[in-house]
Amino acid sequence: MKKIGAVILLITMCLGLIGSTSGCKKEETRELNFFNWTEYMPQELIDKFQKETGIKVNYSTYSSNEEMYAKVTAAPGVYDMVVATDYMVDIMVKQSMLEEINKDNIAKIGNYGAAYMDQSFDPGNVYTLPYMAGSVLMVYNKTMIDKPIETYADFWDESLKDNTVVLDDQRAIIGMALKKLGYSINETDEAILALAVEELKTLKRNIKAFDSDSPKSLLISGEVAAGYVWSAEAVLAQNENSNLVVVIPEEGTYLFQDNFAIPKGAKNKDEAEAFINFMLDPENGKVFSESRPYSNPNAAVLELLSEDMKNNKAVYPPDSFFEVSEFVLDLGETTLVYDEMWTKFKQE
Amino acid sequence: MDNVVEQKKMKNTMKKRTRQSIFITIGPVYTWMTLFLTVPLLLIVVISFMQRGLYGGIVYEPTIKNYVALIDPMYMKVFGTSLIIAIGTTILCLLIAYPFSYFLVKVSNKYRNILMLLIIIPFWTNSLVRVYAWIVLLRSEGVINTILLNVKFIDEPIKMLYSYGAIFLGMIYTLLPFMILPLYSSIEKLDVALLEAADDLGASTWQTFRHVTLPLTIPGIIAGSLLVFIPSLGYFFIPDLMGGGKHMIIGNLIKNQFLTARNWPFGSALALILILITLGFVMIYLKLVGGDKDDMGVM
Repeated sequence: MKKIGAVILLITMCLGLIGSTSGCKKEETRELNFFNWTEYMPQELIDKFQKETGIKVNYSTYSSNEEMYAKVTAAPGVYDMVVATDYMVDIMVKQSMLEEINKDNIAKIGNYGAAYMDQSFDPGNVYTLPYMAGSVLMVYNKTMIDKPIETYADFWDESLKDNTVVLDDQRAIIGMALKKLGYSINETDEAILALAVEELKTLKRNIKAFDSDSPKSLLISGEVAAGYVWSAEAVLAQNENSNLVVVIPEEGTYLFQDNFAIPKGAKNKDEAEAFINFMLDPENGKVFSESRPYSNPNAAVLELLSEDMKNNKAVYPPDSFFEVSEFVLDLGETTLVYDEMWTKFKQE
Repeated sequence: MDNVVEQKKMKNTMKKRTRQSIFITIGPVYTWMTLFLTVPLLLIVVISFMQRGLYGGIVYEPTIKNYVALIDPMYMKVFGTSLIIAIGTTILCLLIAYPFSYFLVKVSNKYRNILMLLIIIPFWTNSLVRVYAWIVLLRSEGVINTILLNVKFIDEPIKMLYSYGAIFLGMIYTLLPFMILPLYSSIEKLDVALLEAADDLGASTWQTFRHVTLPLTIPGIIAGSLLVFIPSLGYFFIPDLMGGGKHMIIGNLIKNQFLTARNWPFGSALALILILITLGFVMIYLKLVGGDKDDMGVM
């Protein structure tokens, strides 16, 4: 027993030693605990930021807004910066979970394009600044289809039977049915939702697979003739397979904008703001946009991008597109109705 | 007198020692299980009787509406689909695994080891990765279709992926070892003398199998079925990836409650029902084999 006791004592002493030395270090180096979506930041940029500023980035990732929300609620003060999508910003602001951003620390704030600022979920950008934006678009393979897809109604066409891939996302797909009928994707009137249910029944016939993770692979390989997928996936798919055509639905579609936000209780607020400023540098924004074709809110980046990318309407759509498209809103109790519709839709 | 006192003292210290060693050896496991199994389980039970908050939090006001909602035919159908997939997988696994395990027992030692190794090795790779491998094989422009097209065996690609067939293939592929291992241990224990006796008494091969082999391997069959049935109820990633996510099963439904609908209380109620169904089957198992848990012990 004595021996064991001695060993345990030795181990704890060693651990204490390790703990104290790293503790000392912590005070010297500045840190940033950055919590972001998976696959949403080139490592190259993090390395560059660390080198330029000497701030150590502790990078961790999540795969849904809800996961981020749950973790930030459970452990306040752990994350200095998160990337929240529009509706989640709305929820977090309403629950006063976010710090106000000190814009004096963000010298390059003028680089933001006006279209991405002052959005409904955070008027005046008090709590958030744009990260990236995108939408859900239709894609079709011109060699596998007789007549081109132009509207949502074409996506419902019988000729596409068992030949499409769509996102495994209830708001996107129920929203698509609502848009086809000419309603808002945030509809809460149950009579109108019942109409959408009927539309979904017919749509199911055309769906070969639901895939939110990598729908582009089915489109690239020719497994399906058409899809309704994230805009960045659509562009990446088109880069791989030139037979694919990206369609911007004239009825409008599901828009999203992800945003930098600093949770209440963050210990390294200045470092977080330094990172936002870093991302606003045109050269850094360019690095991001070249690997990930989202709509970059950094207007200064546009001049540096290739003609192809700059003029790609799927990445930088015309203004008319924004007039008919919508962000998803948090629907409160109606969320449960949407979930029931979705279960029924999948079950039939 | 002194001796007695001494003895008593020794006994006491012995007792103390054993108690101490019990505490040291079992204590950590108990603490671990209590903290990470019992407490979360109780939490699920409690949450399942609460209400959903406006932003998906939990409002601590007791209600039974989460259980009342379950009676909806829509959710019954989800349970139905899950059960059909689970039962189908179990039966098919049994039909494939039984002859194989029988063969495994009969074959010589050298081959048996190789065959066993072949069953175990895939375990070293994550099942998700192996399911992706199947997708590469099965899709329209996949390996199998390309080969068949090139040798002019078919004119256009066969649709294999994103169907019930693909779901069953994925399930059986992933879960087959769980059926083979208990069956093997059960068949291996079979007393050859009994088979010889049946043969001596003039029983045909079928009769021997039907009246001797089969009844004696029932524990293995039930253990294997249980080990396949329970996970197949919850493996939502296989219907998602190989079935194209077109079928809602309990696993997806629970996942949706926690992530998209942000309705933790209802999700907890669903999870609890799933646990109860599983427990029900374990109880049946214990009753049928009379509490012999050895056969569950795989090897």
